[in-house]
Amino acid sequence: MEYFLQQLINGITLGSIYGLIAIGYTMVYGIIGMINFAHGDVFMVGSVAAFLVILGIGLTGGSGLLLILLALILVAAVAMIVASAYNWTIERLAYKPLRGSFRLAPLISAIGMSIVLQEFVRVNQEGRPKPVQPIVTGGYELMTRVTETGEFIVRLTNMQILIIVSTLILMAVFTILIQKTSLGRAQRACEQDMKMASLLGIDVDRTISITFIMGAALAAFAGLMFFLYYGVTDFFVGFLAGIKAFTAAVLGGIGSLPGAMLGGLIIGLIETMWSAYFTVEYKDVAAFTVLVIVLIFMPQGLLGKPEVEKV
Amino acid sequence: MAAQDAASARTAYDWPAILKDLAGTAIVSMLLMVPIVSYKSVITQYSLVLEARWGTVFIILGIILAARLLMHLFVWNRPPAALPAAKSSGPAKASLTDRIGPSVFPVLVAFAILLPIISGGDRRTIDLSIYILTYIMLAWGLNIVVGLAGLLDLGYVAFYAVGAYAYALLSTIYFPYWFGDGMLPWAFYITLPLAGLLAALWGVILGFPVLRLRGDYLAIVTLAFGEIIRLVLINWFSFTNGPQGITVPKATFFGLPFSAGPGGFADFFGIEHNRIYYYIFLYYVILILALVTYFVTNRLRRLPIGRAWEALREDEIACRSLGINTTNTKLTAFAIGAMFGGFAGCFFATRQGFVSPESFVFIESAIILAIVVLGGLGSQIGIVFAAIAIMGSFELFRELTIFQDYLPEGTDPVHFRMLAVGLAMVLMMRFRPRGFVTRRQPTVFLKERKAVSGDLVKEGHG
Repeated sequence: MEYFLQQLINGITLGSIYGLIAIGYTMVYGIIGMINFAHGDVFMVGSVAAFLVILGIGLTGGSGLLLILLALILVAAVAMIVASAYNWTIERLAYKPLRGSFRLAPLISAIGMSIVLQEFVRVNQEGRPKPVQPIVTGGYELMTRVTETGEFIVRLTNMQILIIVSTLILMAVFTILIQKTSLGRAQRACEQDMKMASLLGIDVDRTISITFIMGAALAAFAGLMFFLYYGVTDFFVGFLAGIKAFTAAVLGGIGSLPGAMLGGLIIGLIETMWSAYFTVEYKDVAAFTVLVIVLIFMPQGLLGKPEVEKV
Repeated sequence: MAAQDAASARTAYDWPAILKDLAGTAIVSMLLMVPIVSYKSVITQYSLVLEARWGTVFIILGIILAARLLMHLFVWNRPPAALPAAKSSGPAKASLTDRIGPSVFPVLVAFAILLPIISGGDRRTIDLSIYILTYIMLAWGLNIVVGLAGLLDLGYVAFYAVGAYAYALLSTIYFPYWFGDGMLPWAFYITLPLAGLLAALWGVILGFPVLRLRGDYLAIVTLAFGEIIRLVLINWFSFTNGPQGITVPKATFFGLPFSAGPGGFADFFGIEHNRIYYYIFLYYVILILALVTYFVTNRLRRLPIGRAWEALREDEIACRSLGINTTNTKLTAFAIGAMFGGFAGCFFATRQGFVSPESFVFIESAIILAIVVLGGLGSQIGIVFAAIAIMGSFELFRELTIFQDYLPEGTDPVHFRMLAVGLAMVLMMRFRPRGFVTRRQPTVFLKERKAVSGDLVKEGHG
């Protein structure tokens, strides 16, 4: 029971990160119907930028709590702006000119862009992993059980609290942005019918650009959290995290924002539970298998609308 | 007239707009470069520190701004009247590619056959040619799936792995166990068809559940399958020997080993033993395999199944309403593509003498896909040139130390090769989505053959 509780905490933490990345996939898919294959790498750019800023301002775990919090907000802001600039540029250079081209063109272009981003970061920052000392330390002991081999302690670290709480805050802000502002209204309109929206005076290009920027900002925040949680990042982290987040988006129903978050949590839990109760080596296989099973048997996902094929 | 156009264009420069655009470009470029390019983490004796590289940043920024300014001055500001004039000369005369097109392939084949003689038995040339031919074959195999049937397969390397591991496991464990050592010299010839069949079988097994999916979902699922197979190869230690890989025996010349002693290839033919014979032999094996792939694909394109593939690529709904069984059609494309991947994998295992999961990562699939894309989705000749360009440039990057002087310190030119491949994929989709050779002969015609411009075909080409 205690063991399960611990895994539940770990799973929810990991799931929050996946959920944040998944939102970028789901929004872009919802609005222009393409898989932004490079989204995982935008997440990676965010985490590498966060690494550089943390190293640059010399942030360590020794400072006071308030100082750390302020510094992290600064780091998050820089990472989000940089990743947004990347995603915006990618959309402008690689996707926008391909609207109206044949079906596979944007996806192939996105795969090319994903390779470009990885190699760009590798060329500039070298391939070796980039470590960081734990910055957010400490935590709470929720439960202790004495067993024959020693005692098992259920821990909720401050880092996990930070990840879960900040994800909740971001989600709330984001939901308000989509539901209540004119920007969100424009976006939902474009998602339903792009041509009609443009006839009614919505700047479709601008709305799409903003969608990419918002997705990138959330992914960059996830990148920062991922970096702090695992203490390491490199040019390749975006590949696996990207596929898992995509799985989350599909599982939740692609195009649905609450679905992306829900899917992220489920994928995080599946991965953690699989590592805890079965074999840690096959945890990625488990995530991929979920992707395959969902796509085959439930392509509309948990909260998505079934897709109608039109001629 | 042209001078007049240019003169009127020059007066029309909207300087405030251009400056605004340049300022915007500068801001975005700086955002792209500021932490990632301008600072680099360096390990010193005690800790990680940042090394500033503002010089590089400003050089790149200068190049970007200059390029954008030149585009404003000379390209984007051109009067629109210039456009139709360029197009009108299109269909009247046969283009260069039409006239020399049919003779390209025989010339290439003749060159390929003579290559070991032309190169004078140079080991490095033959090695590089084997390498390039392997990728040509893989790309021709993938071309069936992506170029003809229009199914984006990102896990093609999985079938390559199945072929390679089929040869490795059969020749090292199962053949000695089943038949004793007597069959070992023939292992390559027996395993080659088996590897193809196994890969095709896997193609069917993997393809059957997923081929109902739409294009981009299919791409992601095949990517997932490719990764699953690789992860299983790494982790199923008792069966595949995990990341340490398997050492596999060399192929023989129909039972004659390429060894120095009596009973070897050189001894049998009464010539002096030389290691190069083995490489020349491998070269011809892969050449034959690649040509088989080419001709089989070409014949299949003329069969009803090949027509169905291309029809499916153009319009799936129309296909279904015409009574084509789309699942079976996709499945055959998938299985036949996989089969050629399996052949190539079997060959790869014997050439390498060693297989490990390292060789079958996603980036390999991406390279093969890049060759198909650069060759122009569906064009077999285009693939040859794309493979030579990409794989040749890989070797070039490895060789060229001249670049080293111009690059920032500590940068390895080898790292730039994948960057170039990725950029090439993006640029290809942006500017020439139908490949460099856009004019094609349709495979079906009513009364007379006529070339169709790539622009007339909705998606891909005939």
